[in-house]
Amino acid sequence: MGIPGKEKMWDKEEKEHRKYDDVRIFTDKDFNNYTEDELKAFKPKHATPMLDELEKGPWPSFVSDLKREALHRHKVGQDNLLIPMEAVDDLLGVVELSYKEGETHWKHGGIVGVLGYGGGVIGRYCDQQQMFPSVAHFHTIRVNQPGAKFYNTDFLRAFCDICEYRGSGITNMHGSTGDMVMLGSTTEQLEPIFFDLTHDLGNDIGGSGSNLRTPSDCIGPGRCEFACYDTLAMCYEMTMAFQDELHRPAFPYKFKFKFDGCPNGCVAAIARSDMAFIGTWKDDIRINQEAIQAYVADKIPRDGGGMAGANWGPFNIQEEIIDRCPTGCMTWDGKKLSINNPECSRCMHCINAMPEALRVGKDTGVSILFGAKAPILEGAQMSVLTVPFMYAKHPFESQQALARKVQDWWIEEGKNRERLGELIQRMGLKTLIEVLGIPAMPQMVKEPRSNPYVFFKESEVPGGWQRDIGDYRSRHPK
Amino acid sequence: MSKGRLGYYNPDKKQENRITDIGPSHFRQFMPPVLRKNYGNWASHRVLDPGLLMHVSETGDKAFTVRVGAPRVMSVEHIREICSIADKYCGGYVRWTTRNNVEFITDKEDTAKALKKDLDSRKHIGGSFKFPSGGTGNSITNIVHTQGWLHCHTPATDASGLVKAVADALFDDFKTMRMPAKLRVSMACCLNMCGAVHCSDIALLGYHRKPPAIDDDAVGKGCEIPLVVAACPLYAIKPVTTAEGKKTVTINQEKCMYCGNCYTMCLGLPLADKEGDGVAILAGGKISNRISGPKFSKVVVPWLPNEMPRWPTVVKTVKQIVEVYAKDANKYERLGDWAERIGWERFFEKCGLEFSWHLLDDYRLAYDTFRTSTQFKYTDHAWAVSKAVGGI
Repeated sequence: MGIPGKEKMWDKEEKEHRKYDDVRIFTDKDFNNYTEDELKAFKPKHATPMLDELEKGPWPSFVSDLKREALHRHKVGQDNLLIPMEAVDDLLGVVELSYKEGETHWKHGGIVGVLGYGGGVIGRYCDQQQMFPSVAHFHTIRVNQPGAKFYNTDFLRAFCDICEYRGSGITNMHGSTGDMVMLGSTTEQLEPIFFDLTHDLGNDIGGSGSNLRTPSDCIGPGRCEFACYDTLAMCYEMTMAFQDELHRPAFPYKFKFKFDGCPNGCVAAIARSDMAFIGTWKDDIRINQEAIQAYVADKIPRDGGGMAGANWGPFNIQEEIIDRCPTGCMTWDGKKLSINNPECSRCMHCINAMPEALRVGKDTGVSILFGAKAPILEGAQMSVLTVPFMYAKHPFESQQALARKVQDWWIEEGKNRERLGELIQRMGLKTLIEVLGIPAMPQMVKEPRSNPYVFFKESEVPGGWQRDIGDYRSRHPK
Repeated sequence: MSKGRLGYYNPDKKQENRITDIGPSHFRQFMPPVLRKNYGNWASHRVLDPGLLMHVSETGDKAFTVRVGAPRVMSVEHIREICSIADKYCGGYVRWTTRNNVEFITDKEDTAKALKKDLDSRKHIGGSFKFPSGGTGNSITNIVHTQGWLHCHTPATDASGLVKAVADALFDDFKTMRMPAKLRVSMACCLNMCGAVHCSDIALLGYHRKPPAIDDDAVGKGCEIPLVVAACPLYAIKPVTTAEGKKTVTINQEKCMYCGNCYTMCLGLPLADKEGDGVAILAGGKISNRISGPKFSKVVVPWLPNEMPRWPTVVKTVKQIVEVYAKDANKYERLGDWAERIGWERFFEKCGLEFSWHLLDDYRLAYDTFRTSTQFKYTDHAWAVSKAVGGI
């Protein structure tokens, strides 16, 4: 929980910890209250012949799942629910209608939210309210997920109760940005939900609109040997440091932080975040020569065993590692692997391929990149490498200061709905580095510019730009 | 937690006992003991089986993870079933991955194997698996996606249903690890790309093809016209006053690229249209820095129709690309790296995809994507051009 001193509120390993039973809404009789035969025989309110086709096939069917929830709501009964019992029946109905008509039946949201916040809730209304009254109002609440989406079942069950009692019982686990998403509540229920989330779950809601969006992170040091910094701690601390920006819209548009522990990029920070933190190192790749021999002798499977589904033949270190290294910085003399580390660009290939023999360095930190966004409007952009290396030490104050500098610039100069990356495009990377007070480096570009149209600064040119035509004419008569 | 319409919330004293700005619950309390104990001390990992991972720490401790697929749209009944499983096998701990998979973690290999068996045995009444294990290594893991017709106002297609149909077709590859490298499929139901699918090996993208219909009344009453005009990236929208004196807008339809940015600003300009809407397929993107840098996905099929409920043409096309890639690419070669090696002309030829004028970029910086060299390979596409100019 974000409340200082209550970070272990749900911790099962602590003697005094909150349990599901302490906060539950439903009783045991509300659960496991239908049989498999009842589920088989269950007919939701609307016939859904097209959606029924999506119950077939092996991949988990969301339609089967929705039907199960529809039945459960019937079994729990309207007396025990604050959102219409038939919400999921009507949800199935409205989606079926879209399948028939090929068009959505959801309308724009109005401005809805909780007092003092300008984000975290997205208003949603159905445009066929007569046909589907139980989903006429069907708002979304984004709940800020815990780091790397770790949960215990006490917390999750409590979350489920509130989703079902004050919402439709349907969630997204998770939204694209990372939140736990509760679907299908009403304006009236927003404050009670927020009260219970904060008091009983000890958990805040997430971002939407022109806010900082809910930051997200990879599993990092929690379970990954590639983690070059503590993604979980940094994501948490940055989320806490920017609570005001997360809840109260003060930006030109959305802003995303994402935390990847290494250049493999499991949370896609480089493609999805305005400010991407990607783990890296500046010393040498650690080599275990004995384990290298084991790979060469095919005693350890390549790529951690992740390629075992096809027959790729015996492991060939020259062909698979040395020749594929993008910088050609590795050699193999038949016995020993050598790496010319200053030439390594840390692509991770050799480490991914031989994780039991090669490790990321020990002197680790983050690279920081700015400006990624999806295509709307100027086209898709990836983040630009701006800070090559920075130590990432708790409580991450230097990263916070950097983020604030960039955000202040963007708030000042950005146009309505202009992402940071678009501002960088419009005002130039040179302006960004001025704002950050950092020098230019060739690592910021794929290649130097091919046009020579350099906008020099007046101060760089001796004598400045204020010229005396008389002086010129004294040398060059008309 | 509270019961009753307003629960503990007192609308007369809105600020009473209000807690704000507390952020997310702290992650550490939710980590399984074996992960806490070895936090930051992991040494290596191995995929023991599709869907079963083993992580080894410096101390020799091991964590076993069973990864299962899940639809991102999930009922609380489904989550409660996940909780029961986590209680039974994992001391009540469970997590989700960035790609919507669910992971159960334990420090005992036997438990993990029993758990995997249990998970793979559970089926929905309709016959689909509830918790299929897989999605590790070079499998085709879970398809991340957006809301679609289930909950969004701007989609050009459904998300959950299309993904279900494609995931069914790729299911064997979720359960095995035969791909040359990781192959990530992602789906976004409109250009807004909540799913940010623009760097995926295969991306499915809902796409409108008709400019907005203009509801003069709604535009006049409900929209900030200057914002609507400014919202258009192609300057296609102009403010006008109708003969009856209504304030509204006109749209230069030739300029419109159907992005829907105006509709986001103004509910009087809907785009959704049964005939107009469909799905584009992009390919060859990646996020990872492994071997080659991150790359954008490129449009390889400009549009396919929405064929509810199971999108057979989209499914067939995806499957076609996947099969050719699986057969033709070298080990460690991502789809985009493979296409670049063999040449995009060969990619289109091998995958049996049409290359029409739609695939010639005409947006900003389009020239950068044109080939300005004489290095190319001959395919039927090339002969068709030679014939068209009377050259052969």
